[in-house]
Amino acid sequence: MQISGAQMVIEALIAENVDTIFGYPGGAIMNVYDEIYKQNSFKHILARHEQAAVHAAEGYAKASGKVGVAMITSGPGFTNAVTGLADAYMDSVPMVVISGQVPMSLIGTDAFQEIDAVGISRSCTKHNYLVTDAADLPRILKEAFYIARTGRPGPVHVDIPKDVTAQIATFDYSKPVELETYKPNINGNLRQIKKAMEAIAEAKRPLFYLGGGIINSNAGEEIRKLVQMTGIPAVETLMARGTLRFDDPLLISMLGMHGSYAANMAMSETDLVIGLGARFDDRVTGKLSEFAKNAKVIHVDIDPASISKLVNADFPIVGDLKNVATSMIEIAKTTIDKERYTPWLDTIANFNKLHPLSYKEDTVELKPQWIIQRVGELLGDDANISTDVGQHQMWTAQFYPFSRPRQWITSGGLGTMGFGFPAAMGVKVADPSRVSINFTGDGSILMNVQELMTTVEYKLPVINIILNNNYLGMVRQWQTLFYNKRHSSTDLSIQPDFVKLAEAFGGIGYRVGTKEEFDAALKDAVEKNVVAFIDVKVHRLENVMPMVPAGGSLFNMMLEYKEK
Amino acid sequence: MEEAARRVISVIVINEASVLSRITDLFSGRGYNITSLTVAPIPESRYSRLTIVTSGSVRVMEQITKQLHKLIPVLKVIEHADLVEKEMALVKFPISENLSDISTLCSAYNGNIVNVSEEVIIAMVADEPKRVDYFLSAVKRFHPKEIVRSGAVALER
Ligand SMILES: Cc1cc2nc3c(=O)[nH]c(=O)nc-3n(C[C@H](O)[C@H](O)[C@H](O)COP(=O)(O)OP(=O)(O)OC[C@H]3O[C@@H](n4cnc5c(N)ncnc54)[C@H](O)[C@@H]3O)c2cc1C
Ligand SMILES: Cc1ncc(C[n+]2csc(CCOP(=O)(O)OP(=O)(O)O)c2C)c(N)n1
Repeated sequence: MQISGAQMVIEALIAENVDTIFGYPGGAIMNVYDEIYKQNSFKHILARHEQAAVHAAEGYAKASGKVGVAMITSGPGFTNAVTGLADAYMDSVPMVVISGQVPMSLIGTDAFQEIDAVGISRSCTKHNYLVTDAADLPRILKEAFYIARTGRPGPVHVDIPKDVTAQIATFDYSKPVELETYKPNINGNLRQIKKAMEAIAEAKRPLFYLGGGIINSNAGEEIRKLVQMTGIPAVETLMARGTLRFDDPLLISMLGMHGSYAANMAMSETDLVIGLGARFDDRVTGKLSEFAKNAKVIHVDIDPASISKLVNADFPIVGDLKNVATSMIEIAKTTIDKERYTPWLDTIANFNKLHPLSYKEDTVELKPQWIIQRVGELLGDDANISTDVGQHQMWTAQFYPFSRPRQWITSGGLGTMGFGFPAAMGVKVADPSRVSINFTGDGSILMNVQELMTTVEYKLPVINIILNNNYLGMVRQWQTLFYNKRHSSTDLSIQPDFVKLAEAFGGIGYRVGTKEEFDAALKDAVEKNVVAFIDVKVHRLENVMPMVPAGGSLFNMMLEYKEK
Repeated sequence: MEEAARRVISVIVINEASVLSRITDLFSGRGYNITSLTVAPIPESRYSRLTIVTSGSVRVMEQITKQLHKLIPVLKVIEHADLVEKEMALVKFPISENLSDISTLCSAYNGNIVNVSEEVIIAMVADEPKRVDYFLSAVKRFHPKEIVRSGAVALER
């Protein structure tokens, strides 16, 4: 088939079964947009900022497990999208981002809207391409999708000069991807898995350390089974929330900087860490030399570079978790005696009793944690939960009753304020039958607030619950704790009227000061099924606790902060 | 902390646009050292071979190797243990220096005089990097005007 480069992009997207892309047009990508106009195989959603388009593609990818697609123009279109690429890179989100570039003949001349896009994206993508000949496009696009979704997933950026989108060449998408230099190892060495299982059978205080890789590999079911049949307790990273049901008796909670006391103590006391798709991030380990000090480490990860990067693995296993977990289950059937760990479970129960995750209700002001729990009670499994970044994010991770993988969508590695709203929009596209909630802060929401327009236009009823503390709360908390209450540039007392703001775009706004008002607002927003802002005035100085100060040891948690 | 030792690695990559920047970006982005780097196409193939002299602890070296492997166009990473390593240097001397003395010194280091013009003498040596160091200190007394080193190339024995 002889077609133009622009048409090839469309054909490739169709061949990849893409149903929705998010984007923003401009000069260099116009040929492709012209072809988008002419087709009706997939939907294009016009975000109102390129960063938001990419976050929406991320939300879509995280909720569906499919590759998210975003399309942008050269120069400022591309630079606006970089934060999204970096975010996806840090959180291993499968994504293909296609950008326009100035024509080949102008590259290197400081042409209008020219920027070295692949030069910029190199360090924040899994791979990238500058296409110099339309004849290469089918191969490159096919490789891009393949690389994005296989191995450790990640964003792939394809930069296409305008003249290449006009160039006519042969389109053949049937050739299988042949990448001699890229062959992710998915099976896991069985001998090594057996050794690891022996270590588990011999351990007294083993602990599952569950990470985002489980979500990536769709191994939720296998992991639930493995945990249940071994009777070994588990902690989850921020990215793994939802792997185990919130009410699973073996789930301790999240660990790390804002992990629960019991989770962090369990990690400090364990004699065998069973790391599954988790990357020993500094927010999780605290001071490395004190982390799980007396434990041996099993580490299963598809990315060899994750293994023994920060914590030495005694049992390194490179492979896809779904496969490895399946082998582990097989072996566990005959080797693991559940009873063995009962004393360990008692110890953990005691940790839990000593300092459960909790907060103090206030008679006058709403507590943010209550709001989150309440949404959990009212919507539970019927909602997908996105967040922005800050205190509200940590409280949501701590207090929402997650019941399944991919219910929880957050920016963990990059911690990108402004992620939540567009991501929740992408989630709604991927899973329209569920309510899409975005827990956000009065700071974060303003970082992509223009998406009110997109969500209203495309009828994507995201409910944004603004836990409004009139502060850049998380930074304010650090200032309170570590900077002697010098609240430098974190006071957000000057605010927009969030209700009117939502209304100005055609959404609906609620101002909430009591529990009753909150229930009524949420109920109304869900029923009306429209884009909503619920502006909840919460206690201004609430802190996220427990907290392991940065660089401190996991077992040295601040459990509460008393105003002096 | 473990000592950072000098190490030599060879990287075989697909010879395509921007592959070199992928590698150097990886080193600078992750804070690894490059002492020297040489690169040239492997004859009659679609590959190039890079020889990188770097330094780091065992753990850092392991990360470097793994991170290099993660780059899509990287075919092979060889961490040399038992290797033959050579480096080349060119040195320019004023014509007023003693040609035969320089020539004798060069031959002791597998080198020779490669060019003599009206104004300068150019000598070349190719030897192990350590020996090139020695050579370069030995020639100081001939007042070299300019020195250029190639960076090392290596083959596993
Ligand atoms: C304000 C703030 C506070 C935070 N506090 C905490 C905290 O208290 N606790 C916490 O846990 N996090 C916290 N984080 C998040 C933290 O920064 C990291 O993002 C997170 O801990 C990483 O989670 P993870 O280890 O599960 O790895 P991910 O980033 O989810 O990485 C997944 C791992 O799995 C591997 N993998 C991918 N696919 C597969 C597969 N198919 N098979 C096998 N392996 C695979 C990958 O190679 C990678 O190593 C915080 C973030 C912010 C913004
Ligand atoms: C783009 C970006 N800029 C700055 C930060 C640093 N930062 C982390 S949390 C935070 C405060 C967030 O405030 P808000 O959205 O109101 O949430 P709260 O912590 O009050 O719940 C800031 C500024 C960031 N994570 N992302």
